[in-house]
Amino acid sequence: MLKYLIEKEFKQIVRNSFLLRQIVGVPLMMMLVMPWAANQEVKNVQLSLIDNDHSTVSERMVQKVVASGYFRLTDVSENDAQAMRSVEAGSADIILEIPADFEKTLVNGGVGSVSIRTNAVDGMKGGLGSSYLSSILSDYSADLRAEYPGMMTTVGENLPTFSVVPHYAFNPHLDYKVFMVPALMVMLLTMLAGFLPALNIVGEKEAGTIEQINVTPVKKFLFVLAKLIPYWVIGFVVMSLCMLLAALIYGIYPTGNLLTIYLFATIYILVVSGMALVISNYSDTMQQAMFVMFFFVMIFILMSGLFTPISSMPGWAQAITYLNPLRYFMQVMRLVYLKGSGFAELLPSFFALGSFAAFFGIWAVVSYRKSA
Amino acid sequence: MYSVTASHISKSYGQVRALDDISFTVDKGEIFGLIGPDGAGKTTLFRILTTLLLPDAGSATVTGLDVVKDFWRIRNGIGYMPGRFSLYPDLTVEENLTFFATVFHTTIEENYSLIADIYKQIEPFKHRKAGKLSGGMKQKLALSCALIHKPTVLFLDEPTTGVDPVSRKEFWEMLVHLKSQGLSILVSTPYMDEASLCDRIALIQGGRFLRIDTPERIIESYPKPLFSVCASRMRSLLGDLRACRQVDSAFSFGASCHVTFRGEPDSAELADELRAKGYVDLWVEEIRPTVEDCFMLLSKESDDGN
Repeated sequence: MLKYLIEKEFKQIVRNSFLLRQIVGVPLMMMLVMPWAANQEVKNVQLSLIDNDHSTVSERMVQKVVASGYFRLTDVSENDAQAMRSVEAGSADIILEIPADFEKTLVNGGVGSVSIRTNAVDGMKGGLGSSYLSSILSDYSADLRAEYPGMMTTVGENLPTFSVVPHYAFNPHLDYKVFMVPALMVMLLTMLAGFLPALNIVGEKEAGTIEQINVTPVKKFLFVLAKLIPYWVIGFVVMSLCMLLAALIYGIYPTGNLLTIYLFATIYILVVSGMALVISNYSDTMQQAMFVMFFFVMIFILMSGLFTPISSMPGWAQAITYLNPLRYFMQVMRLVYLKGSGFAELLPSFFALGSFAAFFGIWAVVSYRKSA
Repeated sequence: MYSVTASHISKSYGQVRALDDISFTVDKGEIFGLIGPDGAGKTTLFRILTTLLLPDAGSATVTGLDVVKDFWRIRNGIGYMPGRFSLYPDLTVEENLTFFATVFHTTIEENYSLIADIYKQIEPFKHRKAGKLSGGMKQKLALSCALIHKPTVLFLDEPTTGVDPVSRKEFWEMLVHLKSQGLSILVSTPYMDEASLCDRIALIQGGRFLRIDTPERIIESYPKPLFSVCASRMRSLLGDLRACRQVDSAFSFGASCHVTFRGEPDSAELADELRAKGYVDLWVEEIRPTVEDCFMLLSKESDDGN
């Protein structure tokens, strides 16, 4: 019986050319485009320069800044007011002002200071841009000191007396793609194994076909299972495809065990399927189901640590993330992919996801009984 | 043995009383019609008898089995055609039929004889998707799917709503044919003209049965002579008729008004009165009542009773 029901589902999925294209297209799009776009590195910061010195030292400083690759010199202004105008016009994000007689001051043993001003409308770009710029400048000041011993320079703050060399463990180049790709797989699995079956069930409700099924001797449990299984299969196939793509295109391989990933993916699929069923039980139309799901998935994604680290959220928000199944699976994927964590280290997440699966599973069954 | 029995069934949706103390029986091999307007409670009754809904009070049996306790066994023996087309529009005609045969653990071949008459008409289109069929063909496919597992009782909820008159006629011929093969059929319809094709009918309104009987006896029991009135200005005729002192009831029936009188009917006097009001081309004649006349009268009495 189950076989025929599943056969029917697959027939319908294959026949629905839009859905099929979506199932293939969304993962491809996500893997090919998103890792480049969802990049937290700040690049192409537009630099406006006010060089009142016009000396070799100032010229070399600008060259060094531009050569870093993070900045583009988009504006050279005569004075403050002019530079501000280009910030207002959007053609500059950051203003570097070099005072007159900068070189002379330095050579004569004085303290040279430059000013950096940032447009902080885009907080991330502004903050990171100014810190990049100051670290480039302090590098440069160290260079200068080596050339002209006894010379003093400061960049905003005091002269650095020691230098910090960060070491990025598990992701030595701080490559955001390594960081994003496993997380994107989680999002995909959420959509394929959560969204689609829920919409499918509500769709049968809307079309009235569920009435016809309900008078047959088909057990509801079987019917629902037959709805879920195709999407589980699709979910696994798409996830494997994504891992393959990640390996081929970005050279990102899981450091840890593949089995661990599949084990957690299985539990996670149960969690989202359960959630999807609960939603479908309470909705009568696709529209309702869609909006409820958007609402939750939006919160889940924003509070999962995909884009912003959980540890920098306020306390109450951090507390909420403990109720977010996405958070655990996201964490697991990153840990296994980057750090190579074994199952033993992931036990807390395992229990958390397991409880979610049980919770939504029971809720789905109970609410299904009621709606029957 | 009765195919369907219902005793004192009630069902409410919140404040709305959809069914109010409904009792009736359907004999084996009988076409039983539920006749009533939209919202009368027909679909609710169907959903209870097809085990999709639990009644608030009362009990019912289908093929001798209780609809609450034995619902799994009932489902094997009944065919249900919901009012809305509810087959898979993205599967072909043949796939739909195969699917429903399979979920009942049977095959098309096994029960082909039962559906042959109906299915032959749509077989040329068997590779067409069900959603692309015309209204009449959809109904034939739905009936085929409801019959494929050889049920003994057939529940048809407004099977001819939205179907053209020719297909409607064909559809009823099929039902009569199925009845001759021993099936019991419970069918609902808002079309009063289909009532006369049933063996027995129940007139239902506001969740209550007004009357259960054969169509003939219901018509015979119409208490008064009935007259049909036609005139030039139909639009104002109904109001003017109701204003007449000797008129007891008047209802609009398409091209004419059906009228009963208080006391002894005098059609000539009525005609004179209408002529005085400026009507021409007046035509008054006594007619045989239809089921619809009976329904109007009964529902008026029931309203007055409340």
